[in-house]
Amino acid sequence: MADQASPEPAYVTDALIAEDIEAYLALHQHKGLLRFITCGSVDDGKSTLIGRLLYDSKMIFEDQLAALEADSKRVGTQGQEIDFALLVDGLAAEREQGITIDVAYRFFSTEKRKFIVADTPGHEQYTRNMVTGASTADLAVILIDARKGVLVQTRRHSYLAHLLGIRHLVLAVNKMDLVDYDQATFDKIVEDYGHFARSIGIEAFTAIPISGFKGDNITQAPSANTPWYGGSSLIHHLETVEIANEADQAGPLRLAVQWVNRPNLDFRGFAGLIAEGTVKPGDAVRVVPSGKTSTVARIVTLDGDLDEAVAGQSVTLTLADEIDCSRGDVIAAADAPPEAADQFEAALVWMSDEPLIPGRGYWLKLATQTVNATVHEPKYEVNVNTMEHLAVKTLALNAIGVAEVTTDKPIVFEPYETSRQLGGFILVDKLTNATVAAGMIHFSLRRAQNVHWQALEISREQHARLKNQKPAVLWFTGLSGSGKSTIANLVEKKLHRMNRHTFLLDGDNVRHGLNKDLGFTEADRIENIRRVGEVAKLMADAGLIVITAFISPFRAEREMVRKMLPEGEFVEVHIDTPLALAEARDVKGLYKKARAGELKNFTGIDSPYQEPERPEIRIDTTAMTPEQAADLIVDKVVG
Amino acid sequence: MVALPRLASAKKISARFPLRFTAAMGNSLAMQRLTHLQRLEAESIHIMREVVAEASNPVMLYSVGKDSAVMLHLAKKAFYPAPPPFPLLHVDTTWKFRDMYALRDKAAKDAGMELLVYQNPEAKERGINPFDHGPLHTDMWKTEGLKQALDQYGFDAAFGGARRDEEKSRAKERIFSFRTNSHGWDPKNQRPELWNLYNARKAKGESIRVFPLSNWTELDIWQYIMAENIEIVPLYMAAKRPTVERDGLLLMVDDDRFPLEPGEEPVMRSIRFRTLGCYPLTGAIESEAATLPEVVQEMLLTTTSERQGRAIDKDAGGAGMEKKKQEGYF
Repeated sequence: MADQASPEPAYVTDALIAEDIEAYLALHQHKGLLRFITCGSVDDGKSTLIGRLLYDSKMIFEDQLAALEADSKRVGTQGQEIDFALLVDGLAAEREQGITIDVAYRFFSTEKRKFIVADTPGHEQYTRNMVTGASTADLAVILIDARKGVLVQTRRHSYLAHLLGIRHLVLAVNKMDLVDYDQATFDKIVEDYGHFARSIGIEAFTAIPISGFKGDNITQAPSANTPWYGGSSLIHHLETVEIANEADQAGPLRLAVQWVNRPNLDFRGFAGLIAEGTVKPGDAVRVVPSGKTSTVARIVTLDGDLDEAVAGQSVTLTLADEIDCSRGDVIAAADAPPEAADQFEAALVWMSDEPLIPGRGYWLKLATQTVNATVHEPKYEVNVNTMEHLAVKTLALNAIGVAEVTTDKPIVFEPYETSRQLGGFILVDKLTNATVAAGMIHFSLRRAQNVHWQALEISREQHARLKNQKPAVLWFTGLSGSGKSTIANLVEKKLHRMNRHTFLLDGDNVRHGLNKDLGFTEADRIENIRRVGEVAKLMADAGLIVITAFISPFRAEREMVRKMLPEGEFVEVHIDTPLALAEARDVKGLYKKARAGELKNFTGIDSPYQEPERPEIRIDTTAMTPEQAADLIVDKVVG
Repeated sequence: MVALPRLASAKKISARFPLRFTAAMGNSLAMQRLTHLQRLEAESIHIMREVVAEASNPVMLYSVGKDSAVMLHLAKKAFYPAPPPFPLLHVDTTWKFRDMYALRDKAAKDAGMELLVYQNPEAKERGINPFDHGPLHTDMWKTEGLKQALDQYGFDAAFGGARRDEEKSRAKERIFSFRTNSHGWDPKNQRPELWNLYNARKAKGESIRVFPLSNWTELDIWQYIMAENIEIVPLYMAAKRPTVERDGLLLMVDDDRFPLEPGEEPVMRSIRFRTLGCYPLTGAIESEAATLPEVVQEMLLTTTSERQGRAIDKDAGGAGMEKKKQEGYF
């Protein structure tokens, strides 16, 4: 193939810069902004394409270019030619591996638009990075190597882009120079891709034959090598496609309150980013979830009040009436408020090495709301290569599935399909604070609307008063063989002698009945504790002093039970016995079995025990007898 | 402060092409097309408000450069009519340009914000300076100084003006960047950032560096400075200044602490600075660009990227900045 000179980029305006800088600045000040992602398999030429876009739009300066040329010779993969990929591959460790492993953001500009490009990896194990990059993108460029056609990775990237709600897909058939710019090859790929795209619900896409390396159809189309191509160049397409935040203005007003601005008693402003719609002084608004209504008094900015503000702007609103409104609330159009609910079906992308634990409490952040949430066992996982639905018990790193999510109080939301900002959420691990999942709400569950609390005639206070005691749950936790059951029994006997109404829930006994369907996997142990917690709560409602003796090894579940009960009624009792001592006692012979490998998931051996950080009562069994321990506990509870 | 020569033409530009939002033209159904600067502004303000809502003790690192000036301006907008609800922190090396100290004090006062100036006492005691101590100067005054200041005041979130377009390793930096309790940065262990949902939860002792200007480019910064009439240090504009040439860098003799070598005489040259740091470490360029549009014009026509004037990135080969970040440099 004859080496073709790079086509002169159509969007460089050197002449204008030199001749009339103010005209140039005016032009560039009024540009729009488009965010897009590039995705493709390893070696599809993503980094090369982005490097080319930066290079052609003069975002590379001379000293960078000199470094690039030197690098190209040293570690480049393009022989003596410039390896554009090196411009883009940032971190030292990655450069050595020759693989992009994270999301990198790049910037370039034409006269019409500024572009933010998320460069996301094509490497199989990094689905989470692509989802991250896609979450803020208006458009996705899916790269295909013309020699290889539609691959498993192509399907995966398209599915993820579609899942994340990207409306504009560009199929960039790259490396056309390596298939002699053959039209039949291009047409076949477009046909194959079309079949697949329709099967997953993608309604439209734009296919462009390109060479990132040689520059064909990047800035001008058709290139001399592809006279048969009748569409736009890649740049032209990027400059003219509709931007999402403009579409968002059409919907009813949604503003999630971030911060209440109260510099003095006379001013109370609600600061936030307008997610959808427009707002003007005098507009009727409703604060959700409370449902209170008012009208917008002012749109306050440093530069003076505005007559109107639209989706995509950060503003401060004041309202005509003094109504309750704080961080987490959503200010909405009065006649079209969003829903609030506490049970949803959602798609989840799992992003942590620690798999999903159904039933465990996670922090859920949606817009400016943060609540406690639990995820049920997934309905299914999607095989992102075949789109098959698989039955699973959990979701591991990079898995995508659909599950029900329950929050401990209603949150204001919209389906993700309608609103990225009110339909997208993250889950955060309560112990490590890591972001473990991204979620997209499908819809709220009817159950949330139809299961109501039955108001009871006799209150929990009345139950307790009749028994002349304050209800409590004494939650014993500690290793197997630490002495929990022994001390718990002594405590109950002593309380009983003092005419207290008590009930002891013992781990082994519960597993013979209520929980006999549960095993000892992490998920089952959590469900075990959840049920015991609920039973203990009902008994405390009935006025009893409940004593429970369960290993309950995970901090998160003990915290979950604590939260079920009124403040002060949950008393965590840590029976603190060193592992070596508990193992030496080995009353039931379980440690011996676990050490021999006959018992799996045994706490202290191959499953962790997370010690309480601040238990109400800590019993050091190496320093006191069970009798002394029981007296101490009874004193604290009754005294 | 003396009126800056740039103001005249800057005003002209913003009058001709107002950035600010004008009301819809009668028809409320007409789409408002936000410009890239309006969207960047909205994003930065959203980020700052999230930090204030979720962090317990935030601070804004203020280096007096043009990026800091834009960041401070955005903070004023984010919290108006209240003053920004956090202090400004300047990690000082005692070797900044005199013009920088003057603007620093004025800007803090104008914003109604508390200004904290931190100087590493050990560096002060040992007389660490850029002439005798080379890289140790930056390490002790800036890297160590910053860690000490954050620890002393117990700040759990610190705004910084870094941009992703500045340098390759920064392109992958998160907007919320987590640091261990020893201020370390682990590029392999950063949280995914989805939509505009920032997870600001952290364990005691850990802190976040927050970069509200992540998605701005150098050109965006200049355009915004012009459109909003933001005051910047006059050193960014060309003027006759006393200079000497050392190791290929053109240095300004800003005060009499500058040790001249035998026979060396400061020469008056028309110079300006693309970045501002410690005056003995910051190379000037010869330029006649005395107004903002001229500076931007020169920047666009020039072929040298921004950080070239600073000696700092060249340490440790190509991965200089990445290494500095892992050690806790901003």
